[in-house]
Amino acid sequence: MKHLYPIKESKQCELRKASPETIRFLLDYSKSLKIVSSRGLTFESNLN
Amino acid sequence: MELHVDDASLVKNYLNGDEKALECLIARHNQRIFNFIYSKVFDTEITEDLFQETFIKVIRTLKLGKYNEEGKFLPWVMRIAHNLVMDHYRKNNRMPRYEGSEQFHVFAILEDDGVNAEKRLIRDQIESDLGVLVDRLPGEQREVVRMRMYQNMSFKEIAERTGVSINTALGRMRYALINLRKFIEENQIVLTD
Repeated sequence: MKHLYPIKESKQCELRKASPETIRFLLDYSKSLKIVSSRGLTFESNLN
Repeated sequence: MELHVDDASLVKNYLNGDEKALECLIARHNQRIFNFIYSKVFDTEITEDLFQETFIKVIRTLKLGKYNEEGKFLPWVMRIAHNLVMDHYRKNNRMPRYEGSEQFHVFAILEDDGVNAEKRLIRDQIESDLGVLVDRLPGEQREVVRMRMYQNMSFKEIAERTGVSINTALGRMRYALINLRKFIEENQIVLTD
């Protein structure tokens, strides 16, 4: 019976996740994004 | 310990400058949002891009102070992801992308519109064979065929040039075609490329 359900097949169903690089990028983006409001105007800037 | 903090509190902490709260939110919903996008696009790279775009939008909205759905963080992020998936499909409908594979490649069905050397040879042969057949037609029929097919004249012009009525010119053309078909059948000539 076990031949009908090879281990390799079950791996195709594993859930995926965003790569660590994408997560790192998002966290860096968040840290670098600055929002400044002045006289009713909003400015966005990315500081490296 | 952080996993016990609810989303609303994490959002609040993030808005107060705690970047770690964002890391926690992303880690908590990473799998769910990623698989939601993947279930719509079935491509890891596109999913990765859309996931990134989703959170860029989330970060911008939060930092701009436009987020007002307290306690409903995940449905809100999912809605952003859904809208980006829709945008992705709209964009792709305007600019369809074709990729080849081992089984199929687009160049297998696309061909150059220009006449290639082989087709040109066949076409020249057909024109040559047809010229021989036209030469065998009676003079009046041959004249009409040449004016119509080679000089692209209208039947009105042919009638004026040959000094006959349009009906006569049409009749000569009809008999010419009947005779040409007869020659082709008799000689079993194939005039196709």
